[in-house]
Amino acid sequence: MSSEPAPPLREVTGPSALGGGRGRFFELLWLMSVTDFKKTFFGTFLGYVWSLVRPLMLFAVLLLVFTQIFKLGSEVPNYEVLLLFNIVLFSFFQEGTGGAVSSVLAQEGIVRKTQFPRLVIPLSVVLTALFTFGLNMIVVFVFMLAFGVSPMWTWLLFPLILLPLLIFVSALAMLLSALNVRFRDVAIIWTVLATALNYATPVIYPLNIVPEALKHALMANPLTPIFQQAHVWMIDPGAESVGFAAGGPVPLVVAGLIYVTVCVLGVRVFTREAPKIAELL
Amino acid sequence: MTPPAPSPVAIEASGVEKTFRIPTHRVDSLKERLTTFNKQDFRVLRALRDVSFEVEQGEFFGIVGRNGSGKSTLLKILASIYAADSGRVRMAGRLAPFIELGVGFDPELTARENVELNGVMMGLTRSDARSRLGAVIEFAELEEFVDLKLKNYSSGMLVRLAFSMMLQSDAEILLIDEVLAVGDASFQQKCADVFNEIRDSPRTVVFVTHDMNAVEQYCHRAMLLHDGAVRSIGAADEVARSYLRLNFEQAPGEGGADMGGVADITLVDVWLENGAGERITNVEKGGELCFGAIFEAHRWVEGPSFGFAFDNADGVEVTGFGTSLPVDTPDAVEPGQRIHLSGAIENRLEPGRYVVKCWVHREHNLANLVLHSPHVLDFVVYGKEGAGVVALDHAVEARVDG
Repeated sequence: MSSEPAPPLREVTGPSALGGGRGRFFELLWLMSVTDFKKTFFGTFLGYVWSLVRPLMLFAVLLLVFTQIFKLGSEVPNYEVLLLFNIVLFSFFQEGTGGAVSSVLAQEGIVRKTQFPRLVIPLSVVLTALFTFGLNMIVVFVFMLAFGVSPMWTWLLFPLILLPLLIFVSALAMLLSALNVRFRDVAIIWTVLATALNYATPVIYPLNIVPEALKHALMANPLTPIFQQAHVWMIDPGAESVGFAAGGPVPLVVAGLIYVTVCVLGVRVFTREAPKIAELL
Repeated sequence: MTPPAPSPVAIEASGVEKTFRIPTHRVDSLKERLTTFNKQDFRVLRALRDVSFEVEQGEFFGIVGRNGSGKSTLLKILASIYAADSGRVRMAGRLAPFIELGVGFDPELTARENVELNGVMMGLTRSDARSRLGAVIEFAELEEFVDLKLKNYSSGMLVRLAFSMMLQSDAEILLIDEVLAVGDASFQQKCADVFNEIRDSPRTVVFVTHDMNAVEQYCHRAMLLHDGAVRSIGAADEVARSYLRLNFEQAPGEGGADMGGVADITLVDVWLENGAGERITNVEKGGELCFGAIFEAHRWVEGPSFGFAFDNADGVEVTGFGTSLPVDTPDAVEPGQRIHLSGAIENRLEPGRYVVKCWVHREHNLANLVLHSPHVLDFVVYGKEGAGVVALDHAVEARVDG
C-alpha cells in the first residue's frame, strides 16, 4: 500500500462562508461568474443583444417622456447621455442585488450536498453583473462620443466611483441572500425597495432640478453621492458637486453611516448564517 | 509474515453531537416573523448523540442504520455541510466534498466545462482540472460526447461521468451515500467493480447504505447507528447482522401487526445467492434466483408457515410464495430452534429494483400473524428490458396468410 507519510489530522470545522481555502474560493468565484456570463451571452441566439435591449428600450422610453413631455433636455447638458449612463449604472446595482437575493436558494442542490464556500454564490452573481456592466459601458462610451461629450481626464477616475458601488452591491448581496434563506419574502420586499431606490437616486432625473430640501434628503441615500460624482466626472464637469448638493455635512454623514452599516451587516449576517444555510434550506 | 503495522487514522470523530430544533410551525417569512409575538415552539430532535469513531487510512468503512438514525447527518458533518453542535472531527488527507454523484453539474454546459467546474469544486486548480479531462472522459467512455451539453446526456451517461469525476480527483477520502441506489443495473455492476478496487487501494471510504450485502461485500469495518447513537462498531458482517436483528425486532411493531412485545419468531438473516453459494445483490433476468433465510423461534409456535413476496419499484406486489415445515417432521418449533429456508425461483422479473417482504403465520392460518416485515432485503434485476412487470414464456408466431 502507500509508503507516503500519513498526512496530519486536521480539524474539520464545518461549513463557512469562505470554507476550503482561499485558492479554491477565488477559482470557484471566477469560474462560476464566467460560466454564468457565457451562458447568458452565448447560450441563446443573440444573447448579448437581448441583454442590451432591456436598458436600451428603457432608455428610449424615458428619453421620449423626459425630453418631449417634461422638456428636460434643454436644461441639462447632455441629458441623453447622462440618462443612458445612469440606467446602465443602476442596472448593475439592480442585477447584482436582485440576482443575489435568491441565489443561495436557487443553488440549493450544491449547498445541501457539497462542502462549498457559501460566499461564492452571491458574489458570483455580482461579478457576472459586473461583466455585463463592462460590456454595456462600451455602448455608453460610443454614445458619449457620438453625442459630443469630449473625453476628459476625469474619466480615468471612474474606478473610484465603481469600487465603492461594487463594495456596496456585494455587501447587499451577502445580506439579502443570507436573509432570504430564513425569510423567503425578502426577495419580494427587495423588488419593491429596489424600485423605490431607483426613484430615490438621481437616475432618470438630474439632481439640479430637485427642490433644495428634497435634494439634501436624497444625498442621505448612499447611492446618490456615487451617482452624482459619476455625473461630474464622466459627463458634465459643470454639474453640481456632491458637497454643494448636500448643502452641509449631515446628509453625507448619514449616507456614510448607512453605507458602513450595510457593509458590516452584510459580512456579519452572512458569516453567521453560512454554517446554518444547509439546514435551513 | 509480519503483522501489518496499524494504519494511521484518516478520520477521527469524538463526542459528536447534533440537535435539530424543528419548529412546530415554521416561520419563514419576515411578515410572519414581525406579526408573531408569542415565542415559537420547537420539537427538539437529537440527530446524533455522542458519536465517536475512528477510520483508518485505506479502510472501507460502512455506516448503517435505519431511516432517521442519523447516518446522513453524520456524513454531512464529515463533509462540512453541517456544523456539529459539539464534539470534534479531525481528518487527514483531502476530502471529496460530495456526498452524492453529479452534484453541481450544470445541464447547460458541456462535459468539458463541467469537468473543469466540478474539478475546481473538488479543490483542484483550473489547469489541473483541465489536464484530467482526458482521463475522466476515458473512464466514463464518453469520448464522442465531450462537447455535448449535459442536458442532452442520458441518465446513465451522467452517472458515468459523475462517478469517473469522483475517482479521478485526488481525494484521499471519499464519502458515498447510497451510491448503488442510482443508475441502471450495468452501472451498478461497474460500481461494484470499482468498489472492489477502491477497497484494496490506499483510499479511505465512508459508505452509508441500507444494503447489508454491500456492507459485507465491500466494507472492512462498519458502524451501526441507532437513534443517533453508536450501537456497534466492528467487523462488517457482525454489524450487518446486528442491523438486521435490530430491523426485524422492531419491524412488526411498525408494521402495525399486534405482536404483543417481542415476536415469537424473528428473521435472523436473509440473502440471495448465485449458483456457487456466494451472496449477491444483482440478479440477471431469466436466470435462477436462489435465496436463503434463517428464522429463530423465541416461543413455542405450532404450525408455522413462512411467506415471502416481492414488490417492484412502483410498490406493486409482483409475486409471492410460501412454505411450511415438511410433513415428516413435527409441525412446531420450540424456543431457540432455528429454521433454515432455502430454494430457487425462476427469475421472470423485469429489470429493476425489488423489495422483499416476509411474514410468518401460526397454525397455517393467515389471520394468525407472528411476524411481518415489510422490507427485509432489496435486490436489482438486470438484463434486457421487456414489457410489463414479468416475462412469461410464450410461443407466438407470425405468418402471412395465403
